[in-house]
Amino acid sequence: MLISLFIGCYNDTLFPETGKAVVAVLERLGNRVEFRQAQTCCGQMHYNTGYLGEALPLMKHFLDVFRTAETICIPSSSCVAMIRDHYPKMAAGDPSLEREVRELLPKVYEFSELLVSKLDVVEVGASFPHTVTLHPSCHSLRSLHIGSKPERLLQHVRGLKLLPLPAADQCCGFGGTFAIKNAEVSAAMLAEKVQCILDSGAEICTALDNSCLMHIGGALSRQRTGLRCLHLAEILASTEAGASK
Amino acid sequence: MSVRVGDAAAAPDFQKAAKRLIANTQLRHNVRRATDVIRAKRAKVVAEVPEWEQLREAGHRIKEHTLRHLAAYLEQFENACVRAGGQVHWARDADEANRIIVDVVQTAYRNRAGSISDQMEVIKVKTMTSDEIGLNRALEAAGIVPHETDLADLVVQLGEDRPSHIVVPALHRNRAEIRRIFMEKMKLDELGERPEDLAEAARKYLREKFLRVRVAVSGANYAIAETGSVCVVESEGNGRMCLSLPEVLISLVGIEKVIPRLEDLEVFLQLLPRSATGERMNPYNSLWTGITPGDGPREFHVVLLDNGRTNVLRDAASRETLDCIRCGACLNVCPVYRQTGGHAYGSVYAGPIGAILTPQLQSMEHSTSLPYASSLCGACYEVCPVKIDIPEILIHLRSKVVEQGGAPLAERLAMKAASFAFAGKGRMEAAQKLTRIGQWPFAHGGKIRSLPGMLAGWTAVRDLQTAPKESFRQWWARREQNHDLQRGASS
Repeated sequence: MLISLFIGCYNDTLFPETGKAVVAVLERLGNRVEFRQAQTCCGQMHYNTGYLGEALPLMKHFLDVFRTAETICIPSSSCVAMIRDHYPKMAAGDPSLEREVRELLPKVYEFSELLVSKLDVVEVGASFPHTVTLHPSCHSLRSLHIGSKPERLLQHVRGLKLLPLPAADQCCGFGGTFAIKNAEVSAAMLAEKVQCILDSGAEICTALDNSCLMHIGGALSRQRTGLRCLHLAEILASTEAGASK
Repeated sequence: MSVRVGDAAAAPDFQKAAKRLIANTQLRHNVRRATDVIRAKRAKVVAEVPEWEQLREAGHRIKEHTLRHLAAYLEQFENACVRAGGQVHWARDADEANRIIVDVVQTAYRNRAGSISDQMEVIKVKTMTSDEIGLNRALEAAGIVPHETDLADLVVQLGEDRPSHIVVPALHRNRAEIRRIFMEKMKLDELGERPEDLAEAARKYLREKFLRVRVAVSGANYAIAETGSVCVVESEGNGRMCLSLPEVLISLVGIEKVIPRLEDLEVFLQLLPRSATGERMNPYNSLWTGITPGDGPREFHVVLLDNGRTNVLRDAASRETLDCIRCGACLNVCPVYRQTGGHAYGSVYAGPIGAILTPQLQSMEHSTSLPYASSLCGACYEVCPVKIDIPEILIHLRSKVVEQGGAPLAERLAMKAASFAFAGKGRMEAAQKLTRIGQWPFAHGGKIRSLPGMLAGWTAVRDLQTAPKESFRQWWARREQNHDLQRGASS
């Protein structure tokens, strides 16, 4: 299958390893991956902060770039939530945009959705001998209704021990510009999440979103916890031969 | 007309208030404990109802329908209530409602005693709407003493405090604090520490007032257009005392509280208790229609309050805010409320619903920080019994703040810069390059530990990882080039 990767602006800039891992997993499973260089950003940050006028051209750009794509893989549930939940609202009232968004939506998959629902795979040939806990990000949980897909993928990784995260469904406190505008409250929410991760007993915290992980990982690093964060794709890309290519 | 929501107009920004409250360890401990208990109870009793989602949908649809025909239902309610012997007053704003209520109380005392020597008093059933209009202050200014009879409201009133939760107004207080307040204000030399000791003290304090005071003020959970009935649900029975013992009863009702038919209660009396307190049914469900000679109050007044509600109705994108049945479930699950408690919201309406209701009632003027008091995690929408899409409305209100020029300059510039950078591949690459150059003064060993200005809040508690030398798109381009070279070599 030819899969078009939308990497997301922050993954592109800050977390290229996640993108490389997605490519490694998809290719290992026999798919072809393409990356359309014209892609930029889904517009989520602008939209969620109230800059609808700035978000609209970004949506149009996204539609232009991916119009001819067949299957789009996005290793970020919050970008997928932006597209699924908000693109239809932004397009409302413009019949041609509405049609374009309608045609786009069935082609868009979050990374774990693509593996489990579209490619029908839970065993991706990964090996990762570590204890891991999963932070189910708010968008994956309450917008994508991702269910147990990430857990099922992790349970099939050789050597990996998945440990439950207490109060897992509670927001980590990132919330995009929320972490900047309401830094104090965000820090308080983060403190609780970090405590839960420590209580899980895992050495690694994973998620479908590097945005949450950047925020959580920043605190794990600052507090010298000896724990770290890793995107699900990077765990799935790890093999006995080594990490992703 | 001047819309007022408690003291929200003079309240500090959410960010500032939250910063102060987050330092209050006792309050945070109390809030976490209390919300954990209510959340668990709610989750348990909601899971018992297989048709919960259909009930939510029904609640949402009934409210949507009613708001679309609000004027007609309000008039139907008025006619039915008057037919049953009630008197209906219309109040455009807080001041008008306060004047009407003060006038009814004064008239009641004048008619009864024939002399002004009687101390004018009212007993109150829990009503957040009365806090919205600042009723207690207006009563006191007119020489009328208000007595809160809901246990939590009593704690707030005696503690000279403000409510921090729409269902559990004293949620921020623990038992030891309540005991101290009771001992001081009820002038008790001794008081036990058990919940039943505190309840007993409140019972003695309140009973005397129930039997003596002749005028009561209540809010309303529902006003039924078809019959002109008013419905109040509660847990303590103190409300029932106020509704049945006094000679004069005044019910303050927000115009959005009307529902079309008696049978619509079937939906709401299931949704509300399970969502609010995790009970299958409220212990006390009071429903009355006008007056009945020889039974209950001899005079019944309804004050229908607008106070900004028609402003909210005007905006199709956010009018479902008025669907709210004040269950407080969104507060109990909100991870932001969990950290700050209710006072940070600067309004009688706290939590996610307060963050969308207060700015709309006041036409955004005084509460531009509230739409940002959320990480948009969506937990509120998930539990809302009438399916108010609170995160979506928060975003809508944020866009209004931006439109009105209320966003900080640094943020506006950053957003402009980002939208410029994201307009195309070339600009994005240039911006990524700038990021890598810009970060080097702050980076140490792949981590940034301190940043200036707007971003200082981030690095106060977290490290920020630096952008690596090669972006994903650069890596991809390099990989493609290698593939091309390999393909070239093999052909």
